[in-house]
Amino acid sequence: MATDTPVLRMRDVSKSFGAVAAVQNVSFDLYGGEAHALVGENGAGKSTLVKMLAGVHRPDSGSIELDGTPIELATPADAKAAGIAVIYQEPTLFPDLSVAENIAMGRQPLGRFKTIDRAAMHAQAEQLFARLGVSIAPNRPARGLSIADQQLVEIAKALSADARVVVMDEPTAALTGVEVERLFAVARSLRDDGAALVFISHRFEEITALCEKVTILRDGKHVSTDPLADLSVDEMVRRMVGRDLDALFPKQDVTPGAVVLSVRGLRRDPVFADIDFEVRAGEIVALAGLVGSGRSEVVQSIFGVDPRDGGTVEVGGRKLKPGSPRAAMAAGVALVPEDRRQQGLLMELSIERNVTLPRSRALSQLGFLTGSSERRSAKEWTTRLKTKYGRLSDEVGTLSGGNQQKVVLAKWLSMAPKLLIVDEPTRGIDVGTKAEVHRLMSNLAAEGVAVLMVSSELPEVLGMADRVLVMREGRLVATLDRSEATEQSVMFAATGQEVTV
Amino acid sequence: MSAETASVTERPSPLAGRFANWNVAIIALTVLVLIVASASVANFGTSQNFGFLVLDLLPIALVALPMTLVIVTGEIDLSVASTLGLSSAVMGYLWNANQPIETIIPLCLLLGAVLGAVNGFFVTVLGLPSLAVTIGTLALYRGLAFVVLGDGAVADFPALYTDWVTGTIGGTPIPNVLIIVVALAVVFGVVLHATPIGRAVFAVGASEQAARFAGVRPGRLKFWLYVVSGLVAGLAGVLWTLRYSSARADNGAGLELAVVAAVLLGGVSIFGGKGALPGVIAGVVLLASLQNALRLSDVSNEALNVVTGVLLIASVLAPNLANAVRAAVSRRRHRTESLHRSSSRKDLS
Amino acid sequence: MTAVGLPGVTARRSSLDLVLRARELGIVLALALLVAVTAISNPRFLSAQSIRDILLGTAILAVLAVGQAVVVITRNIDLSVGSVLGLSAFTVGTLLRDNPGLPVVVALLVGAGVGGVCGALNGVLVRYGNVPALVVTLGTLYVVRGITYFWAGGQQINADELPAGFLDFGNATLLSVPYLVLIALLVLVVTGLVLRNYRAGRELYAMGSSPQAAKLAGIAVGRRTVVAFLVSGALAGLAGVLFAARFGTIDAAAGTGYELNVVAAVVVGGVAVFGGSGSVWGAALGALLLTTIGSALAVLEINQFWQQAIVGGLILLAIGADRLVAARVAASLKKRGSHVS
Repeated sequence: MATDTPVLRMRDVSKSFGAVAAVQNVSFDLYGGEAHALVGENGAGKSTLVKMLAGVHRPDSGSIELDGTPIELATPADAKAAGIAVIYQEPTLFPDLSVAENIAMGRQPLGRFKTIDRAAMHAQAEQLFARLGVSIAPNRPARGLSIADQQLVEIAKALSADARVVVMDEPTAALTGVEVERLFAVARSLRDDGAALVFISHRFEEITALCEKVTILRDGKHVSTDPLADLSVDEMVRRMVGRDLDALFPKQDVTPGAVVLSVRGLRRDPVFADIDFEVRAGEIVALAGLVGSGRSEVVQSIFGVDPRDGGTVEVGGRKLKPGSPRAAMAAGVALVPEDRRQQGLLMELSIERNVTLPRSRALSQLGFLTGSSERRSAKEWTTRLKTKYGRLSDEVGTLSGGNQQKVVLAKWLSMAPKLLIVDEPTRGIDVGTKAEVHRLMSNLAAEGVAVLMVSSELPEVLGMADRVLVMREGRLVATLDRSEATEQSVMFAATGQEVTV
Repeated sequence: MSAETASVTERPSPLAGRFANWNVAIIALTVLVLIVASASVANFGTSQNFGFLVLDLLPIALVALPMTLVIVTGEIDLSVASTLGLSSAVMGYLWNANQPIETIIPLCLLLGAVLGAVNGFFVTVLGLPSLAVTIGTLALYRGLAFVVLGDGAVADFPALYTDWVTGTIGGTPIPNVLIIVVALAVVFGVVLHATPIGRAVFAVGASEQAARFAGVRPGRLKFWLYVVSGLVAGLAGVLWTLRYSSARADNGAGLELAVVAAVLLGGVSIFGGKGALPGVIAGVVLLASLQNALRLSDVSNEALNVVTGVLLIASVLAPNLANAVRAAVSRRRHRTESLHRSSSRKDLS
Repeated sequence: MTAVGLPGVTARRSSLDLVLRARELGIVLALALLVAVTAISNPRFLSAQSIRDILLGTAILAVLAVGQAVVVITRNIDLSVGSVLGLSAFTVGTLLRDNPGLPVVVALLVGAGVGGVCGALNGVLVRYGNVPALVVTLGTLYVVRGITYFWAGGQQINADELPAGFLDFGNATLLSVPYLVLIALLVLVVTGLVLRNYRAGRELYAMGSSPQAAKLAGIAVGRRTVVAFLVSGALAGLAGVLFAARFGTIDAAAGTGYELNVVAAVVVGGVAVFGGSGSVWGAALGALLLTTIGSALAVLEINQFWQQAIVGGLILLAIGADRLVAARVAASLKKRGSHVS
């Protein structure tokens, strides 16, 4: 099935952003009719590689060859012309335009006088959807489509372009089991038609189900490329993380104290409902589940940045006012949000401002801020967390991911919270910092802070948590004690089906 | 890792650098213009002209203060000049209706606050784009001003008030109203740069979502900023009326452009999150003294618009171009560095 | 739809389409109501002269609104159109005064050319200077108007200085439709067709709908932005020639404050301020509605000063209504997800 000569070769490509080397001298080959998995931890450089294939980023050095001839992918248009289609984790559709038009953009069938032949365009979309086995009305606007449907539209786009290389960057992150199956059926048929597939996912069962080859990246560097059959999952994980797992998660044993957080019947339509749980002082409770299962929404609703439609949240025995982060903060709740760049930090503002923003009132004297108290506090907390930076007045956006996360943590720990909520605490940060963050969480728990952690990384969940709550499609479906929680049991609860890990 | 930290430490802080540079540049430019104009333009340096200059820049300076805060939050208020006009028109209308001036002035201030609250309602409660909303209220308020007063003028305001507004402090050439402006400038400066409210203003402008995650209430903050913006515009309307002793519906027409120009010239980012009040004051002075000097040199009023327009565009363009050049340079340097790195690696293997 | 269109496809209109139609329908209804009420209270409103005045006024505003719609659809704004109109009108007026033999077509081309240069400048500053359209066009609003004043000084070009042929063009009709209206219709139809039926037009919508996705889709965003501003500028220039032909008297203040009416017409006509949706048809209808309101006020002997207040009120009403409708449409679209078949 697979062709003998590679369709596309990446040779020694490197890409840096400022001081951060995102990808260093990575090479691999893609063959037609073959599905190639790209795996690595967050921050390993997968997305940067994808963006180089898409023509978004230009490699600093190295070359990309198509059918043996070097090509320059300077713009997305170049990549498109070269037959490379990229399906991003978050689909990139035009919400105001019809689905058919989204698929055909730039290649609309033309009729007389070079006008767009709408009938043909719609027929083409219907044909593509028929081939994919889905029914999305071609004339509806893309706005309001579910993520899964948007992804299918993206795939239809790739199909209609007769793409020879199809790159899928974590397409399954937000999909349900049935939707994943449907996507895979489509992907296989693409592959069998001779396309070279690049597939990125964090779920090994998906990789083994779809791919023939796997390339492993770590810290921006190429680790290995092997036929998947030659590699056990354990070996893959070992190469991804480059260390033994156990050493990473230093959770100390703590006897849980009084109930700090008590959530009863929490509901937000249509995202989640019937959420009941407690977190005690000294406990680390993990909220696990697939992306899109409603975990982040639950914690955001508890903290008050999202509204809630029903239920109560009590912290230290006192009911929290809904929809008010201020009230939550006053009650001793801190939230380290999922999306560091959008939610956690003000990227253009200084480290100092970021660290002290939630406490600017407390740090003021008679309502005035002279800057010295802020500077002192920022200095103290960034030092405690061993944050590496030039000056406190530097834009926080100039720091590396790990140091940015430390700034977020410094900001909230300086409030001395009773309940610390962390959403994906180690996403996109380097291994060393990861361990520091884990140690920090463990120490906080030992000091009596209640910790509620949302995480998509199973090893982190299993290593850190005293208890694991599993969500599926907006419901709490399982509560597992540390002793019961295994990769299998958590994934089973999260997906609602038996998985072989 | 160590290389990364080292390079971060070496680099001068871009944020502080940019701020300092721009503020220093604009203040230096202002001083330069003042010196050159005093030396080369006849009558520019006289104390009488100084008084006129101050009186001319007062409305812009006044309205620019809250506008700075609004723009730092990433919004805009184009309705300020119309609010000024409506305030002036209502003042004339009420004076014609034989109301005492002591009632009229507070009512006009209240009116300004209400008009600002209307903007705030549309922007924060309904979540509409402030540009469209305030273009709408720009037309609405100006239209209402004409409805209230027609195209006539009301002139006979009590001399006690008009004299105070046009008068000077003691024997100095400093106009009395400068006291109001300086006092307000200090208040706004302190609020923006040395209070939790100011911190929240910058935070909302840098990222509304991240600010919300840090406990700031962006909607409330913006609403009250619009109220204050309206209030100050109402005050500017009262002072304008008293200064020219003439309440007219078209008072201050087009002033919003000069105000926005001055604020952007002062180094405030139109995208929000960046800016400083001293720079804005310098921007106002620069704009006003440039216009004053050109006017004394017999350049027509309307031709002055060219200068305002060019300054407005240049104030945003210049830092962008500088950044682009800097980025291009560092990219090139980086490219050669990494090429070098990869080639040396090949040599090793 | 072509005659060979699939019946199944044509039958299912998207609800968004319906909403947009509803907007245009709403304006038509408001117009009908306004005309009816005004005509009942004063039949003079429906006299040939009155209708002619409305159409001529609409023609100029509609040409400007069509250009503005093109820019707004790409998620930008062009506030300089009033000033560009003034510069173009004065240029063409001066040119015709000094060269009375010049054909009208040349005048139209020169006007459009002057406007096109201004528009291209806007576009280049927005795209390559990375300055927001609001700031750029606010600046050029000043600059272009200032240049016109600088050039014109206090002088005014009067009707008796302009060649008769040109003034005739402003008044003449073809099959009792004024030439100016025909030109506006031509502009409207051509722009409408390009926006709806050509790839380049659809790319403008795509850019406004999601700038990021447009870049990833390989659309030449930079070039298209410049073209959009060029079109808006050229049409403003063309409107300047129409202005000169209609009024015959031109000074440096021609078209002052027009930008407000133009933005109002576009927003009232249902073009979303954040780009991606709306049509030039709606913008033209908005222009017709605004002009008709102006005439109706005069006929109804309502204080003319209400005009501007009504313009402002309509802008607020239009964007407020859009927000409410958008929320409802979003809710209904969510329900219509796909089904695995």
